[in-house]
Amino acid sequence: MIGPSLFSETHGWLIMSHSLFLTIHIVGIACFAYIVAKRLVPLFRAQQDFRFDRPLTRTGKVFKFWLGQWKHPRYKFAGILHILVFAGFILLVARAFSTLIVGINQSFVMPGLSGPVGHLYDTVTDYAATIVFLCMVVAAVRRLVFKPVRYAVPAKYGNDHTADAVFLLGLIALLMVADSLFSASTNTSNSLQGRPVESLALLSLPWMLQLLIGSPSLTTLAALTFTAYLVHEIAFYFLLCYRPFGIQFHVETSLFSIYFAKLERGTLKPVRWGISDEHLDRVKSFGVKKFEDFTWKHMLDFYSCADCGRCADNCPANAAGRSLAPRFLTIKARDYAFRHYPVFGKANNSKPLVGEIYSEDEIWSCTTCGACEEECPLLVEYIDKIVDLRRGMIDDGNVPQSLQKPLKALESRGNPYGKLEKKRAEWTKTPEFRQGCDVKTLDGKKVADTLYFVDSITSYDDRMQSIGRSTTRILSHIGEDFGILGAAEKDSGHEVRRFGEEMLFQSLRDHNTDAVKASRVTRIVTADPHAYNALKHDYKDLPPVEHISQVVARAVKAGKIEFKRVEDEAKVFTYHDPCYLGRHNQVYDDPRTVVDAIPGLKRVEMKRSRDRSFCCGGGGLMLFYEPTEEQRMGVLRVRMAAEAGANVIVTACPFCMVNIEDAIKVAGLEGKMSVLDLTELVDQHIARKSCAEIQKTQIEETATCGG
Amino acid sequence: MDILVCVRRVPDTSENEIKLNAEGNDIERDELVYSVNEPDNYAVEEALQIRDRVGGTVTVVTVGGEEDEEVLRRELAMGANQAALISDDAFSASDGRGIATILKSFVQKGHYDLILTGVQADDGASQIGGMLAAMLDYPFASLVNSITVEGGKLRISREVEGGNREINEIELPCVLSIQTGINEPRYVGMRGIRQVASVPIPTLRTTDIGVDHSAVGERAAKVKRIDYFVPTLGNAAEMLKGSREENAERVLELIGAKGGLK
Repeated sequence: MIGPSLFSETHGWLIMSHSLFLTIHIVGIACFAYIVAKRLVPLFRAQQDFRFDRPLTRTGKVFKFWLGQWKHPRYKFAGILHILVFAGFILLVARAFSTLIVGINQSFVMPGLSGPVGHLYDTVTDYAATIVFLCMVVAAVRRLVFKPVRYAVPAKYGNDHTADAVFLLGLIALLMVADSLFSASTNTSNSLQGRPVESLALLSLPWMLQLLIGSPSLTTLAALTFTAYLVHEIAFYFLLCYRPFGIQFHVETSLFSIYFAKLERGTLKPVRWGISDEHLDRVKSFGVKKFEDFTWKHMLDFYSCADCGRCADNCPANAAGRSLAPRFLTIKARDYAFRHYPVFGKANNSKPLVGEIYSEDEIWSCTTCGACEEECPLLVEYIDKIVDLRRGMIDDGNVPQSLQKPLKALESRGNPYGKLEKKRAEWTKTPEFRQGCDVKTLDGKKVADTLYFVDSITSYDDRMQSIGRSTTRILSHIGEDFGILGAAEKDSGHEVRRFGEEMLFQSLRDHNTDAVKASRVTRIVTADPHAYNALKHDYKDLPPVEHISQVVARAVKAGKIEFKRVEDEAKVFTYHDPCYLGRHNQVYDDPRTVVDAIPGLKRVEMKRSRDRSFCCGGGGLMLFYEPTEEQRMGVLRVRMAAEAGANVIVTACPFCMVNIEDAIKVAGLEGKMSVLDLTELVDQHIARKSCAEIQKTQIEETATCGG
Repeated sequence: MDILVCVRRVPDTSENEIKLNAEGNDIERDELVYSVNEPDNYAVEEALQIRDRVGGTVTVVTVGGEEDEEVLRRELAMGANQAALISDDAFSASDGRGIATILKSFVQKGHYDLILTGVQADDGASQIGGMLAAMLDYPFASLVNSITVEGGKLRISREVEGGNREINEIELPCVLSIQTGINEPRYVGMRGIRQVASVPIPTLRTTDIGVDHSAVGERAAKVKRIDYFVPTLGNAAEMLKGSREENAERVLELIGAKGGLK
């Protein structure tokens, strides 16, 4: 530890400095406490959020994402840099505290850090300070010279953040230098006065500074020690009090943000925590309209954002040039919070956020793909906030005309197209299809173990009906006893809910829940990841739900399906992960297992795949919304497939199919690129030796099945 | 300003398959879903916006049966102050003039500075607004696509052929028929409708509004529907089969030939 005698007793004025240091301590701590208290004010005026359950799981998250820095290496260079700094900070905590205390009590030694342990700790922290210092230099060079694109601030979002970032890096570097200089000069002073000294860590910053100091007079040394200490103390408190004004606040808040992070994927927060669906009528206002409508956790998220830009870098809306970048969704809210709840003075009147800091188009532009949340090292939540903002807009009647029609149709007909309910099962009635598979409609008279939940797009869209037919042929082939709800099925409401129309969603959900229960099935299968996610996470008390890719993967593993060879050797396949199958439900391997089981199939992986998959443009109601954008997400995605060397995109979602099919035309890649649903690919390649036995399928039908 | 908006409940053309009934004189109505006539919804939105700018009230009214209450409820959820349902067996099978007569009696029972209708009902004849104005001896303007209140007058713009606009000044009280596109009607969800579920909507009979029996209903109707046709499907669209450039050229040619390019 720091030598027993801090300052030479021969210089009485330094004794005085103890009271100076003590004053700075008190002022610094008081300032910090005041600022933090002010920052906490809005959190107490915020909406409730139930985050106090499952302490063990939450602690586990802290170990993984906070202490373990789990997400950081996803960006290798910046990630490693951050891990080094974070580790350095953690190691330096005890050293920083004992240095602060030494200023008022020079014989202080941190309990447990005396003797050999103390020496080891000193050595480690000498290096830690050095590494942190070097990281600051590297980070500053990176920001000033290399300027990674994701840190850029487009003009519409205000001024560039580089100066602030470099200033903070400089402050930390200064803190490290001051700390090291203090060590070096104390050490030199002790050695000059013949006191026992421990050598500083070889090649560390304090070691180098000690070399630099040489052997000056005791007076000079004392002044140097005093200066180093003063600079260290001022820098320390300045940084402490400055952090709550910007991105560095995450140093304090990240632990809490991560502990209180959302635990369940694929789910949405309720309209109001603590208010059941039956009592929602009592809630005066839905969603987020003004700042105080956010929950305290969501406000904490705003404070915790470190402005690293990873969310926006992965956001497909941002990539397509839409007016949304998750990074600025947070930064704008944080800046608004700072203006709205100033450190000095009273809080101003709250204005509606949409119109003040957000545009309507910005809030409707999100496809809820979850790429931002997947990437965020601090587990900041975006989808719940977007949905809450939409709930607020819906509640005010502020809905684009293009969305009003499908919403109205969903209300009256149970599908966004306004098609007749009785035509929902028309897709099963084409003559050549009926010959092969007669699909049961589970109307109470006919029963089955498994329900195939089709959902609106597959039921009504001419092109997507092929997914329904392939799915039923596959289910028949593997011998499942299944049926559909037919006219009794309504839209799953997945996007209705994510577009903020909670009451309409609840009516669809209640209708479907009753219909499923009346059918007495014991499990549900769907080929639509949006329906899958809705039934799995948004509905309650339903039989277990599976996506068709999971069913097929199991059948493949059990040897229930044999595939024919891929005929066209020139075809190179790539699998596109639908957001609601992949990211939101972690089904990455099953579809790949199925694709890879087809003999002779060449599959390449796109650079952005699995949990970094790039949204095709969004499903459900998103098909009806026309955002301002430079290009379509789907076009970007199709180009990614081409870049990977693929000429067939396999997906497992009807909405991906719509978007990618359109995008292929827009990108001018017709004839060079094609898209298939996983069910269609399977259906085309099933070797139907047993098909005849199960279904007594006619030869022509087999030929159609075999594509 | 106190504004009255006359609305109507119609089969929603985007959510129904319109088919002839067995007699061939009307459409099959069993499985239809209905909604408020679209231009009427724009009229209500415009009334609400005027009220929010200059103060006053918005009343919505419809002539019909019990089932028509749902569209009034929807307009209340949008923000209308009150609604009235004019319903009486004596009104059934009224022609346009009959409906206008009923509305005239209703208007005379109250006090309205401005009366709005939609430009046309999906199944209507675009006649009520004009007739109502004439019966009340009020000025009338049709196809209105913007309204500014200027003292006791309105400055309105009307859509005329070729997308041109004509600006008129019109004295109050007056009747205007509102063109779609004048605004962006707000969304009404289930929650909004539920919130106004307990707002009373009075049902007014002949005696309530003091209308002369002999001027309304089937016997007074001088226009009667005698037949009904749904269009037969035309030939399929022509698919262009060529390269992108060829197709683009061909499309230009076709549009040009039909006078679509100037």
